[in-house]
Amino acid sequence: MSNVQNPLKKVLIICAKGNLEDVYAALVLANGAVMEGIEAKMFFTFFGLDAITKKTMNSLHTATVGNPAMRMPGGLPFPTLLGALPGVEAGVSAMMRSQMDKLDIPPVKEFLEMITAGGGEVFACKLAADMFKLKKEDFTEEVSDIITVGQFYEKCAGEGVQVIFV
Amino acid sequence: MAEKVIAGVTVKVNDEGYMTDPSQWNRDIAVEIAKEYNITLTDKHFAVLEFLRQRVMAGEALTIRRVGSSGIVDIKEFYQLFPGGPLKVSSKIAGIMKPLSCV
Repeated sequence: MSNVQNPLKKVLIICAKGNLEDVYAALVLANGAVMEGIEAKMFFTFFGLDAITKKTMNSLHTATVGNPAMRMPGGLPFPTLLGALPGVEAGVSAMMRSQMDKLDIPPVKEFLEMITAGGGEVFACKLAADMFKLKKEDFTEEVSDIITVGQFYEKCAGEGVQVIFV
Repeated sequence: MAEKVIAGVTVKVNDEGYMTDPSQWNRDIAVEIAKEYNITLTDKHFAVLEFLRQRVMAGEALTIRRVGSSGIVDIKEFYQLFPGGPLKVSSKIAGIMKPLSCV
């Protein structure tokens, strides 16, 4: 990065969704930043809170209904009605998680540990936490605080900062 | 391909300064490259560097997670040993290719 004139110094990544693929997009972005020596902060809001809630974080799902990119193993289209059957979404999601594990992509909890070990910070949105009746103790210990949108913007201060919404 | 004299040895490097022939590497070279990052190498550093070199020679792709489970350092220590991008920085000091991993 040293040969770039205005290098990126800090990223703030907002994760507002609780499905597997969007949560991982946010985690890969945050971890990738930390790996490159870029300061990274994550802000989880709305259904994104599932990714930092102890009860739900390691069993996130990908949608098998209403997801036109969903394919069967082998590449055939995945019938929406099949995706609606009980257990199918859980099975597909588990299969996807095991595929990711093979690529050395860690489970959510471990990913958050990696990000915070590298100096990244994880926050929960106050409004969403209130709405879902979640408290600090419901969240994984990597979450350092529950903050308001105003406090989030304070953390955006500085030069070479980007905000990414997932 | 460029060449550079590091610690008295002429080595092949790419345009970012990563050594392209790991067999040209030695501990003195590591010490010299580490100075560019203001890192004074300790035995712990060298243990990590040796681990990275072994894995790469074995044809494995390096990830932070794998270094963290190496038994030599945990991820937090790895970040402390090589600040500012541990995998990149340590690979450069270890005389191996820049890692292309996303995790």
